[in-house]
Amino acid sequence: MSEAVFVELLSLSSGIVLLTAVLVLWRRELAMVIRVFAVQGVALAGLVAVLAVRESSAELGIVAAGVLILRAGLLPYLLGRALTAAGPQRRETRPLVNVAASLLAAAGLTLLALAVSAPLVALAPSPATAAIPVGMAVVLIGFFVLVTRRRALSQLIGFLLMDNGITTVGFLTTAGIGLVVELGVSLDILLAVLVLGVLTGWMQTAFGNTDLDELRELHD
Amino acid sequence: MPPTSAPPAGLTSLVLLVPILLPLVTAAIYLVAGWGRRTVWLSATSTVVVLVAAITVAIQVSDNDPQSTAGGLLRADALSAFMLLVVAVVAVVACSATPAHLRGEISAGRARPRTATRHSVLLQVFLAAMTLAVLSSSLGLLWVAIEATTIVTAFLVGQRRTRAAVEAAWKYVVICSTGIAMALLGTFLLNYAADRAGTGLDWTGLTAHATGLDPGVTRIAVVLLILGFGTKAGLAPLHSWLPDAHSQAPAPVSALMSGVLLAVAFYAILRIKVVADLALGAGFARTLLAVIALASLLVAATVLIAQRDYKRMLAYSSIEHMGLLAFGAAVGGPLSMAAVLLHMLGHGLAKSTLFLSAGHILQTTGTSQIGSVRALATRAPVLAGCFAAGVLALIGFPPFSMFASEFTLARAGAGAGLGWLTAAVFLLVLVIAATLVGHTTRMLLGPPATPTPAGSGSAGSTPVGTGAADSHAPVRGAPVPAGALRGGPGAATAPRTLPASTAVTLVVALAVCAAVGVSTPPLAHLLYLAADVLTGTR
Repeated sequence: MSEAVFVELLSLSSGIVLLTAVLVLWRRELAMVIRVFAVQGVALAGLVAVLAVRESSAELGIVAAGVLILRAGLLPYLLGRALTAAGPQRRETRPLVNVAASLLAAAGLTLLALAVSAPLVALAPSPATAAIPVGMAVVLIGFFVLVTRRRALSQLIGFLLMDNGITTVGFLTTAGIGLVVELGVSLDILLAVLVLGVLTGWMQTAFGNTDLDELRELHD
Repeated sequence: MPPTSAPPAGLTSLVLLVPILLPLVTAAIYLVAGWGRRTVWLSATSTVVVLVAAITVAIQVSDNDPQSTAGGLLRADALSAFMLLVVAVVAVVACSATPAHLRGEISAGRARPRTATRHSVLLQVFLAAMTLAVLSSSLGLLWVAIEATTIVTAFLVGQRRTRAAVEAAWKYVVICSTGIAMALLGTFLLNYAADRAGTGLDWTGLTAHATGLDPGVTRIAVVLLILGFGTKAGLAPLHSWLPDAHSQAPAPVSALMSGVLLAVAFYAILRIKVVADLALGAGFARTLLAVIALASLLVAATVLIAQRDYKRMLAYSSIEHMGLLAFGAAVGGPLSMAAVLLHMLGHGLAKSTLFLSAGHILQTTGTSQIGSVRALATRAPVLAGCFAAGVLALIGFPPFSMFASEFTLARAGAGAGLGWLTAAVFLLVLVIAATLVGHTTRMLLGPPATPTPAGSGSAGSTPVGTGAADSHAPVRGAPVPAGALRGGPGAATAPRTLPASTAVTLVVALAVCAAVGVSTPPLAHLLYLAADVLTGTR
């Protein structure tokens, strides 16, 4: 793969990763948000695949396939199942911050990510590390979703967005982090989502819905 | 890095596998055989074997070099060996009290044998994850193990499936996973810096090449790692899950979570601090930890003053002690680090005793409100005695070991030129000690609960809410007779007297806590070796 094509593909995939993160902030129908999240998973897998071809590493190719299965297939499927189980409330009805302000915040967070990532890019300038700010921005946007949404499922998506961002940074900095750790990380994420899915179900039985405003039992 | 030691060392290092594999095997047995007459004491027996293995590892490590096994994935130096000891000791305490607790829950109709089976399986997997965390030779595997503890304990916290328990479990998983995700980002960034410096994420490599790490990247990584693992350790600012989770979890689980899980997460911070000090100079991590320590102590002190729930009181006291550990880590130096490690052990023993006693008080009285538990000293003298002794240990009363460690921390802090910080920290510790004594006195002494909370002098701050919890009990009988509090709907039906197994466990745990405080010779050598690891001199 020539240098120019590599840079193009890298920019394309990381661009989609960032764009989908912003789209999650924009849309409020949870079914739509899950679809956007799946697209982000595809873009992330594409990013890893581009890196794999670049470094002609079979191991990284397998990891790319794993990322595709987990983040574009399994996780969206689990989220979708949790959504059907959650009953009729399928919209993020009233987030703490409205859509326009959220989009402005996303712009601000992207700038912040650029500023924070400066030393990361400076350590080893290359087309791959130049995309690190994208990963950081997705982490920050994910965190923003996590703290401003009130539906349990929206918070879950915020957490997964954060995780996608972290994975992006991980692959852009060094090509993976050792297979044992990589496997452990993916397994942990999958289990965390399963646990949260089960807890959503318990919440449904205990509270009758998954609106986190109901979580007011415990306080000082 | 494969072990290159002589054959005997390679063989003896297999002991490192026992603390990880044995709990997993025990979990598998529970999964197959279920919780029943034959398997009641299995989990306690298994933890005793783990403790023996931990002692073996400690002896090996203090006589020889660090051991490593499983292709270099596991490694025990003096620090890991000491942490393993802490985990094993508290595990023995918690698991010995588990059978009585589960029996009490089942006879009260709050749990079924199936719940007990699931509880036992998850508890053992939880233990395996913690021992893996302290024995893992690299930051990556440590991260995986600590995240695994969150996943396993989530179900233990939410075990009762009440609204409060589910809420606590949800907050616990969301906040801790977010914190641990920050730590993952920090791990990736540190890996990036380490990669450029020609090493990996294993602790020996990181310490050896620490001076070659890029300061800009390492600084971001260290902040993320300390905040991330700090979340799991219950340190401010992301501590809010802790009081909920620790007050809703079943007593043995609270004992383990408060006693050792926090310490294991703090162990990660200690390891990172070694690397940070070498790469960035001592000032960076010190400032960060000092701020976190003060914030945690402030949070604990302000909330404890008006605390009405005794399990939450114990939980906030854990935040206090984690803050104290962070203060000790900020001070640095061999003396302070040895004190931090000793404090972890003392806190683990005292806090597990207290949570187990609190669990039994809850089973006996059916309420977790401080204002509704009165005159416990006359109604259940042994239980009250253990609770009182535990609180005394917690606030650093001699002969308990926390007296020695807090005293040393104060001396080291003042000696390191952190006079003002030390003064502020110990002022807050004093305030907290006073509130703990006040709340405990209200529970143990005083007149038995009366229908109108305002009627008894000490209940000035008792809000209207507890009135409802108070009122049903005394109506049913004379205030004095024991068991008067057992009549309320849904109230406890557990045996009023402390089961013998629990009583023995509590007394032994407190005795060990005191013994470690009075004389530490067998432990002292290991403690100093571990402190050397933490100051980067070994």
